[in-house]
This record gives sequence, structure tokens and C-alpha cells, in this order.
Amino acid sequence: MGLQVLFFYLFAFIAVASAFMVIAAKNPVYSVLFLILTFFNAAGLFLLTGAEFLAMILLVVYVGAVAVLFLFVVMMLDIDFAELRAGVLEYAPVGALIGLILAAELIIVVGGSTFSPEIAKGISMPIPAVTERTNTAALGDVLYTHYIYFFQIAGLVLLVAMIGAIVLTLRHRENIKRQSIPRQVARSPETAVEVVTVKPGQGL
Amino acid sequence: MDAFISSYVWPTAIMIGQSLLLLVALLVFIAYILLADRKIWAAVQLRRGPNVVGPWGLFQSFADLLKFVFKEPVIPAGANKTIFLLAPLVSVTLALAAWAVIPLNAGWVIANINVGILFVFAISSLEVYGIIMGGWASNSKYPFLGALRSAAQMVSYEVSIGFVIVTVLLCVGSLNLTDIVNAQSDGLGTMIGLPASFLDWHWLSLFPMFIVFFISALAETNRPPFDLPEAESELVAGFMVEYGSTPYMMFMLGEYAAICLMCALTTILFLGGWLPPVDFWILNWVPGIIWFVLKASLVFFMFAMVKAFVPRYRYDQLMRLGWKVFLPLSLAMVVIVAFVLKLTGWA
Repeated sequence: MGLQVLFFYLFAFIAVASAFMVIAAKNPVYSVLFLILTFFNAAGLFLLTGAEFLAMILLVVYVGAVAVLFLFVVMMLDIDFAELRAGVLEYAPVGALIGLILAAELIIVVGGSTFSPEIAKGISMPIPAVTERTNTAALGDVLYTHYIYFFQIAGLVLLVAMIGAIVLTLRHRENIKRQSIPRQVARSPETAVEVVTVKPGQGL
Repeated sequence: MDAFISSYVWPTAIMIGQSLLLLVALLVFIAYILLADRKIWAAVQLRRGPNVVGPWGLFQSFADLLKFVFKEPVIPAGANKTIFLLAPLVSVTLALAAWAVIPLNAGWVIANINVGILFVFAISSLEVYGIIMGGWASNSKYPFLGALRSAAQMVSYEVSIGFVIVTVLLCVGSLNLTDIVNAQSDGLGTMIGLPASFLDWHWLSLFPMFIVFFISALAETNRPPFDLPEAESELVAGFMVEYGSTPYMMFMLGEYAAICLMCALTTILFLGGWLPPVDFWILNWVPGIIWFVLKASLVFFMFAMVKAFVPRYRYDQLMRLGWKVFLPLSLAMVVIVAFVLKLTGWA
């Protein structure tokens, strides 16, 4: 037990400290790198609670894909750091307000189930014991068996959003050379080469 | 106090011992894999390859190691020093960390976790950070272009690798790497009445996915013909241009550790891990680790031959292959495999 507590405080401390550095770092690239460190420690916290599947998915999706794209964009940006820092105090109250609201919501949710345990009994899909169902399988039960329609609808919404983004940004320009792979593959010596017999001294 | 020692100190000490053993074995293996890579490449081109240090050049990798370590590390004036030095460390640490969950034989694994395959997948998707950080911190054009290419390339091919892994997981029904190997002890071959053999392994039952996985693994580890992040004819040496001595060596080490990891993963997912090729008493008597190493070496041999044979892909063709060929193919296979398993009740 002692070791778990130790690791909890270690992960939690690094997570909070690096989350602070995300907004405090001068260079946006450092911010993204600190964000990655935060994700890592959040994954560590998930592991401590036994949610191994969520921990790994957090790494695969957020660190392996989303943060790479963040980093990609931030590195390409040509940012004037002085200008970026100038607005900090102006926006600080708004940020603080949003932070407060989120913190209050978290306290209500976590505190609610701590102070009145009967709320937890009302959950329609209680978490099965780790010994009888791995949490990968338990998540699968919830997403693909009990709430399959909601899951499919969520997927459809994402699909529509994706198609919308593509339609909005797709620009099919005329008059530029394009490669047509089928046409290239279909080329044969008969269609591509013309054999001409040239008489000496005449040219074509 | 005794309870503390027996529950914390001993397990930790045993785990550290196992890790060191695996690490040393792995590093020696990588040294010879590197030599084999150069020898195979040379043989294809009718050259001799490294043949001076030791008999048949067997100690070449160790000579290279000493040379790299004793050289002076040069950090470019405009580079971001912290990230510049952090990048190779990230690269090599991640590549070695994934080995913690790889089972080399029945029960020979340091951390036998439930979500082993996801752990390996997560680690291999993080390897892109070493490259991006190195390319950005060098503060120079070629490394940056190399880093951007690698970011796009690795993210693209991860998608198809992910779907290939899903097809295997559908057949196995577990994310544990040991379970994946054990599930291959019966399959297509035993179904038609043959004794357990190499026909049961997933390479046959999921054949197109085996090829897709192999090619995606080449792209994921930046091996030729997909070595566009380095592409020395276009980008000098890509993200590694500004690196020399030990940091460069760490990038190389990370790259080869990742290649070995992909070979081991191919072995586990498709070639039956430590299972003998035919269920025959003399073959069963050979330790599983020997079969595992032989299979992984075979996969590496294919990696090396591809490097020697195939010219480098053009970047747009690489992206086309990843997104327009492999992604639809692997996605369709996930659906097909799921349907077949459901309708026939095999899983």
C-alpha cells in the first residue's frame, strides 16, 4: 500500500507541476512537451487505479497522435513570443473563472459519491471486480454490448464532422498536373512507344 | 521489516536483475543485427562488407561503439541544447522500454501485463518524438524537414498497424502477448486434422494482414525503402544531420532496437512466437527461446533484403500507400474477420 501512495503522489505532483508549466513556459514547443509529460503522468495515475486499458489508450491516442499534431503545428508557426505574453494578464481572469467552474464540477461529482455512497448504488452499469472481468472486456461490454446504438450514433456524428471538414477545405484546382496511378499502371509498350523508321539524312 | 524486504526489496531486485540481463542480451543481439544488416547489404551488392575487426569482421559493431563514445560531441551553436540532447535519450529509452512486455519464451517475460500489445503499440507510436524533437532542436533546415516527414509518415502507418493488430486480437480474444502466442498452437492446420504446425500460425490465416504489417513495420521504423526522414540523397541525413558521436549512436541504437522490436512483434503476432514449426519431439526439445530468436532473425533478414533490393519510395507515393491502400484494406479486413468469426463461431 505504501508504495502505491508514494507513486500516486509522485505522478500527481509531476502531473500538476507540468500542467502548470504548460501555461507558464515561454516557448510554445516547451508547452506541448510539458503537455505530453502531463499525459504520461495521467496515464500513470490511471494505471495505479487499475484502469490499464484507459492508460494505454491515453498514450496511444493523445500522446501518440493528438500531441504529435499539436507539436507539428506549433513548430511550424512563426510566433512572436513577446506579443503572445502581452495578453496573459488580460485573459487571466477568464481562464481563472473557467478553471474554478471545472474544479467546482469535479468537487461536486467526486464529493457527491464520497459523502452519500447510495448514489454509487444507482449506477446502472457497476464496475465488475478486476478478478472476474478485465477492464478492457468491461469497457467493451459497456460500449459494444449495452450502449451500442449510442456508440454508433457518436461515431456517425464524428463521421459527419470529418466529412464536413473535408468538404470545407477541399479545393480542387484546375490546370495542374496530376498523377493517375491506374493510367500509369495501364501503360504498355504498345500505347506508350511509337517506333519510327527514319531514313538517313531526312529526319522526322 | 522482513515483510517489507520480502514484498518490496526482493521483487524489485529480481526485476532489476531480469531487466539488466535482457538489456545486455538485447544490446549484444543488436550489435550483431547491425553487422548482419551491413553484411547482407554487402553480399547483395557483391561486396565483402566489414571484414577487418575480428574474424570476418565480427567485432565491427564494438569497434564502432568505442569510436562513437570517444569522439567529441558537437552541439550546434543555434541548437536548443536541452531538447537536442534529450531527443536521442527519448528515442533509445522508448525503444528499449517496450521490451519489458515481450515474452521470449513461455513465461519468460519481465512484465506479463494484460494489455501488453497496447503497451507495445503505445511505445512504438511515441518513438516519433525522438525524431521530431531532434529535428526541431537542431535549428536547421534539413533536420526539420526530416522531422516533419517522419511525423507524418509514422502517424499514417500507425493507423494501419493498429487495424492489423485488431484483426489478430479478434482471433485471439486477449491483449496479452503470451495469450496471443498460445492461441496460435491450434488454427487452420489442426482444423483440417494435421498435427500442430506452422500452418496454424496467423501468417496463413490472416495472410494479407501479415504483408501489410510487415510493410507498415518497415515504414514505422524508417527502414528503406521508407527511410524518407533520412533520405540522404535529398535531406543529407535528415533529422540526424547535426548529430555526431554518442548522441548519434543513441539514435542508431534506438532505431535498431525499434527494428528488433518490430521483428519480435511480427514473430509474436504472426509467426507463433516460441512455438516449434512442427509438433515433433526433437523440435519440441529445442528451447523456445531458440525458435523465437530464429524467427525474429528471419524477419530481420527480410528487413535487410528489402533494404538491399528496393529503391526509396517517393514521399507522395508513400502517403498514398499508407492512406489509400493499406488503411482501406486493413479496415475491410477487420470487418471481414469479425464477420467470419461471428458466423462460424471460431472465436
